[in-house]
Amino acid sequence: MPLHTDRAFEEQLGQLRTAVLEMGGLVEEQIGQAVRALIQRDEALARATIERDHTVNRFDVEIDDLSLKLLALRQPAARDLRLITTALKITTDLERIGDMATHIAERAIELAGELPIKPYIDIPRMADVARDMLRRSLDAFVREDTELALGVCLADDMIDQLHEQLFRELLSYMVENPATVSRAMRLLFVSKYLERVGDHATNIAEMVIFMVKGRSIRHLDKLPREL
Amino acid sequence: MLDPALKRAHPPAAATDAPLKIAVRDLVVHYGGTRALDAVSLDIPAHRVTALIGPSGCGKSTFLRCLNRMNDHIPGARVTGQVTIDGDPIYAPDVDPVELRRRVGMVFQKSNPFPKSIFDNVAFGPRVHGERDAVRLSEVAERTLRQAALWDEVKDRLDRSALELSGGQQQRLCIARALAVEPEVVLMDEPASALDPIATAKIEELIHELKNAYTIVIVTHNMQQAARVSDLTAYFYLGRLIEFGPTERLFTNPTRPETEDYITGRFG
Repeated sequence: MPLHTDRAFEEQLGQLRTAVLEMGGLVEEQIGQAVRALIQRDEALARATIERDHTVNRFDVEIDDLSLKLLALRQPAARDLRLITTALKITTDLERIGDMATHIAERAIELAGELPIKPYIDIPRMADVARDMLRRSLDAFVREDTELALGVCLADDMIDQLHEQLFRELLSYMVENPATVSRAMRLLFVSKYLERVGDHATNIAEMVIFMVKGRSIRHLDKLPREL
Repeated sequence: MLDPALKRAHPPAAATDAPLKIAVRDLVVHYGGTRALDAVSLDIPAHRVTALIGPSGCGKSTFLRCLNRMNDHIPGARVTGQVTIDGDPIYAPDVDPVELRRRVGMVFQKSNPFPKSIFDNVAFGPRVHGERDAVRLSEVAERTLRQAALWDEVKDRLDRSALELSGGQQQRLCIARALAVEPEVVLMDEPASALDPIATAKIEELIHELKNAYTIVIVTHNMQQAARVSDLTAYFYLGRLIEFGPTERLFTNPTRPETEDYITGRFG
C-alpha cells in the first residue's frame, strides 16, 4: 500500500493506530493483574488495578477525539475511512474490557478475606485464553491480518466451554455446601467477566476483518471458513 | 464475495435498476498521435447522476465530450467505437450534431452567459430551434429558471444583462439555458469548481432535483462532490476506465487498488 501524498495525514493515522494498540496493551495487562490479584489474594494489587481504569478511560476519550478530528478535517475514504470507524468501535470494546478487569479486581478484594473454596485452575486458564485472544486481535489490527483475526473468532468457543465447565463445577459446590454460595457466586461472576472479555476480543477481530476486507462477518450464523 | 461482474477489466454496467440511457462500447479517442481514451465501455443509466473522476489528463473530460460529439470540433481528434443514446448510434453518418446537442446539453466549468439579457440567454436555444411565440418563450424562461433555482432571484430583472449576475447565478443561468431546449441528458464539466461553497451547495442541490427529469453526467475534480451528488462513479486513469460502480461502494470499498489509492489520496 503506497503512502499518502499528504504525510501529515499518514502520521495522524499512525498516531491513531498506536493509541489503539497502547490502549489494548493496557487493558490486557489490567486483566492479567486483576486475575493475579484474585489468585494471590492480593488486595493492594486489586486496588491498583482499579486505579488504572482512569488511564484506560482517558485513552477512550483521546481516540474518540482524534477519530472525530480526522473524519471532520480529512474526509477519509475507503480503507482510511474503515480504519477510523474501526478504531472508534474497537475502543468501546477495549473500554469494556477495562471495566471487566475492574469488576474482577472488585471480586478479588471481596474474596481476599475469605478462605478459598478450591484451588484456582480454570480461572487462570480462562484468563490466559482471553488475554491471548485480545493480543491476537490487536496484532491482527496492526498487521491487517484477517487470518489471524478469524482465528480469534474461532477461539471464542473454547472460552465459552471453559465457562460452562466452571459453571457446572461451582454449581455442584453450592449444592453440596450452601456455605460456599457467596464465594462460588463471586467466582462465577469472574468466569462470566472473562467470558465477556473473549466476546469483546471477538468483536475486535470481526471489525479488523471488516477494516481490511470491507465486508462484515458479524451476526452470521456460521463463521466463513475462509475470507 | 465480490460481485464477479466488477472484477472485469472494463465493466460495462454498474448495478442499478434504472433503465439504460447511454451505452458506450470500446470508445477510443486519439488527439493526433496521442491516445486520450483507450477502449472504454460504460453503461449510463437514465435519471441517475453519473460522476467521472480521475486526475488531470485521465480522459474523463474527453469521455464527456464524446457524449455530445464536442470532440468533432477539435482538430486532429479521432473517435472510434460506439455510443448509443436510447439505442440510437450518435456517431452514425446521418446524425446531425446540432440536433444531438439539443438532446444532450452541456454546462461548462467557466460560466459563459451570452452578453445579452437574462431572458435572451434562456430563450436563445428555443429561438435557434425555431420558437418565435413570445408567450411560449416566457413559459420556457420561467420553467427553466425555476428548475435552475434562479427564478426568485431574477424574476424582476429578466431584461437586465446576464453579466450583472454573480458567478454562481451565472452558472445556474447556464444550466437554465441548457435546460431550455429540453434535453434528455445534461453533461456538466466541473460545474462548480469556480464557485464558493454556498453557490456550490446550490448547484449540488440543483443536480439532485434535476435527475428526476434528466440523465446527468458530471466531471469533477472534487471527490467529495462526486460522493455527494452522484449515484454512480467512474474512475478514469491514463485514458482507461479503471472502475465503475455505485458511488457509495466506490467510496467505502473500491474493488481496484488504483481506485483506492486515488480516493484515499495516495498519488504515488
